[in-house]
Amino acid sequence: MINLEIPAKLQQVQQMAQQLAAGVFRPIARKYDAIEHCDTPEELKPVAQMMAAMPRGSGGKGGGDEIKNGSNMTGILAVEAMCWGDVGLMLSIPGSGLGNAAVMAVGTPEQKEKYGKLYCAMAITEPGAGSDSAAVSTTAELDGDEWVLNGEKIYCTAGQRCDAVVVWATLDKSLGKAAIKSFIVPRDNPGLQLVRVEDKMGLRVSDTAALSFNNCRIPKDHILGSAEIGDTEEARKKAFGGVMQTFDNTRPQVAAMALGVARAALEITREIFEKEGVGADFSKQPYNSTARELELYRLEADLEAARLMTLKAAWMADNDQPNSKEASMCKAKAGRMGNDVTLKCVALCGELGYSERTLLEKLARDSKIIDIFEGTQQIQQLIVARHLLGLSSKELK
Amino acid sequence: MSTPLFDLTLTEEQRITRESMRRLARDTLSNQARAADDAAAADAGLLDAISGFGLALMPMPEALGGVGMPRSPLSNALAVEDLAQGDMSHTLAALQPLSAVNALMDFADEQQQERWLTALASETFVGAAVALNEPRATFEPTMPATTARKESDGYTLNGVKSLVPMAGQCQWFVVIAATESEVAAFVVPADAPGLTIAAEACMGLRSANTATLTLENVRVPAHDRLPHFDLDRLLGLSRIGQCAMAVGCCQAVMEYAIPYVKERKAFGEPIAWRQSVAFMVANMGIEIEGMRLMMLRAASRAEQGLDFHREAYLAQLQCMEKAMEIGTNGIQLFGGAGFVRDYPLEMWYRNLRSIAVLHGSLMV
Repeated sequence: MINLEIPAKLQQVQQMAQQLAAGVFRPIARKYDAIEHCDTPEELKPVAQMMAAMPRGSGGKGGGDEIKNGSNMTGILAVEAMCWGDVGLMLSIPGSGLGNAAVMAVGTPEQKEKYGKLYCAMAITEPGAGSDSAAVSTTAELDGDEWVLNGEKIYCTAGQRCDAVVVWATLDKSLGKAAIKSFIVPRDNPGLQLVRVEDKMGLRVSDTAALSFNNCRIPKDHILGSAEIGDTEEARKKAFGGVMQTFDNTRPQVAAMALGVARAALEITREIFEKEGVGADFSKQPYNSTARELELYRLEADLEAARLMTLKAAWMADNDQPNSKEASMCKAKAGRMGNDVTLKCVALCGELGYSERTLLEKLARDSKIIDIFEGTQQIQQLIVARHLLGLSSKELK
Repeated sequence: MSTPLFDLTLTEEQRITRESMRRLARDTLSNQARAADDAAAADAGLLDAISGFGLALMPMPEALGGVGMPRSPLSNALAVEDLAQGDMSHTLAALQPLSAVNALMDFADEQQQERWLTALASETFVGAAVALNEPRATFEPTMPATTARKESDGYTLNGVKSLVPMAGQCQWFVVIAATESEVAAFVVPADAPGLTIAAEACMGLRSANTATLTLENVRVPAHDRLPHFDLDRLLGLSRIGQCAMAVGCCQAVMEYAIPYVKERKAFGEPIAWRQSVAFMVANMGIEIEGMRLMMLRAASRAEQGLDFHREAYLAQLQCMEKAMEIGTNGIQLFGGAGFVRDYPLEMWYRNLRSIAVLHGSLMV
C-alpha cells in the first residue's frame, strides 16, 4: 500500500536525533566552526557512547514478503535530524566514519569484532585520483605475512582523529579496477603519517586529513574482502562493482545530510520571515504570492522532492531491491538542492543571512561539500545516465 | 501507536489496473494523439475507451448505477499518470466526468447526487465538468470574479469561466462563484438560460476541446448550491490530478528520447555518448522521480484522510516548473526534428505548459 509518511516507530528515532541535534549540536555549532582544528569535541564523547550502545538494525529484510522500514531508513532520519543540528559535528562523532560502514558491509566477523566499534575513516582520494576512483595509485604488496602499503591519500574525513583508516590501494595497477582492494590500517601503525589537516570553507569542525603511507606494514588478514583478482573480465568487473556497491547504501545517507542542512536553513528563514510579517502560508497561487513567498515555496518543494527520493532509495535498500540508480538520483538531487536552498536562504534574509548573527551563512558554507563528497553531482549524473540509457562506462565516459 | 509503514508497493488491484491502463496508453492513445491534436477535436472512440475503465462509476452509489466504492484519490492519480503517458489531452478530456462526479460525491447532498449523477452512470463518455478557471492573469481561486447573487429563491450567476475541457459536450457544470460572504459551488445545466459556451483554442490540449463559459444572469435554484463545498479540497485534489498528468507526460518524453539519442549520430558516435546530452536525460529521470513521489505523497495523504494542502501545493509547484523543463529539453534533444510535427515532442511541449495554468481541472 502506497504510503509516504514516516511510521510512528521511526518517528521516535527521528525525535531522539532531533533532541540531540537541538540540545547538543546547535549550541556548539558556532564555537567549533571558529575553533576549526581540535581533537574530538568533548561534547561528542557521550554521544558516541550512546550510539555505540544502540542496537544495530538489520540491513535487508532477510526473507519473507513483508515490507520493511529498517536500518537504512532509520539512518536517513537520524542523519537528517543530526545534520539539522550541525553536519560537521555529526561527521565528528567517533565511530560514525565511512570506514565503519565499509567494515560492517564487507568485513569478516573478526574484523567486525575488532574494528567495528572503533572509529574508522575511509581513504580513497589521492592527489591524482578523485572521482575516478579506479585510478588509485597507492600500492599494496604482499611480503610474507604482511601487506606493505605505499602512497598518498588526501581529503580523508576523520583522518586525524580516527582509530583506523580503510585505505584503497591497488595490487597491480596494470590490472585496473579489479586489482583495487581496501585495507584496514590502525591509525598508529608505523609507516602511516599525518601530513596535514586541511583548512576549509565549511565543515570546519570535521578533520579532513592528508595521509602518507611509507612502507606501511599491516598483517595479511587486514584486507577487506578477498585478495583474489578475477581472471576473467566479467569477474573483475564484478569485484569492483562489489566495492562500489557500498556507495548504494552510503549515498542516501550523504543525501540525508543535505536534507538536514536545507531544513535548518528553511526553518531559520521562515522564523525571520514571520518576525517581519511574511506569512508564506500556501494560501495564494504561486504567482499571486510575493517574490519571497514564492522563492520559499520553491525551495521547500525542492527539499520535499529530495527528501522523498532519499527515503525511497533507503527503503529499497531495506527491502533488498537493487537501488544503485535511485541512490545516485537522490544524491544528485539532494546535493544540488542543499546548496541551492542554503545559498538562497542567505540571499532571502539579507544581512541577517550573510552576517554571523544567524547560522544561515555557515549552512551555506557547509552545504557545498555535500554536492562533492561521496561522488560529485557530475558523477551521480553519469551513473544515472548510464542506467537510464543502458550505456557502459566505455560508451558514456 | 501503530501507523502504516513507508511503502511504495502497489496493491494487487492497483497493479492489474495499471497494466491495462498502460496498455491502452501505449497501444492506442499515443498512436492517435497526433491526429486528434491536428484536428483539434477529441476522438470519440478514445473518450469511450478511457470511460470504459469506469473510473467515474467507482465512487458513485450503487443505487445510482455506480459501484459504491470508497473515494480513492490515490487510485485516480495512478490512473491519470498512466493514461497521460499515452496522451494528456484525451486523459484530461475523458476524465472530466470523473472530476465532476468526485466533486458531487465530496460536496453534494444525496438529493443532488441523485439529481445529477444518474445520467453519468455510463461506461461511455457522458460529459460534465468543474468550471473554476477565469481568463485573468491574476486569477486567484479564492477570489473569483464570477459572482453568485442571492435572490429570494436561489442565486443569479454572472461571470466568465475558462479552460473548461469538453464543455461543448457537457450536460452540466459545477461552477465556482463568489457569494457575498464566501466562495461557493453550483450545479448549472449546460442548457441553462444565460449560459453560453464558446470554444477557445489554446497552445496545447487541443484535442481536449477547451472552452469558455459565459454566464449572464444565470438563475440557479438554492437546492443546486453544493452544501459541503470545500475550495481547498477541490484545489488540492486537482493539483494532484494535474501533477499526475505532468508525471505521465514527462515519462513519455523521456522514454521517447532515450532510443533516439542512442541512435542519432554526430561526430561519428551516438549523441547519448556525450555528457551534455546524457546529463539532460539523467536530469529528466531525476526530476520525474521527485515529481512522482511528491504527487504520490499528496495523493496517499488525501487517501488516508490526512491534511494534504501543503503537499499538493508544493507538488504542483515542482511539477509545473520541472515538467516544462523536461518538455523543452525533450525538443532540445531532438534538435530540429523536435520542432517539426512529425514527432510528438512539440505536442508534449505545448501540452505540458498547461500544468502551470490549469486550476481545478482534474479532481482525483
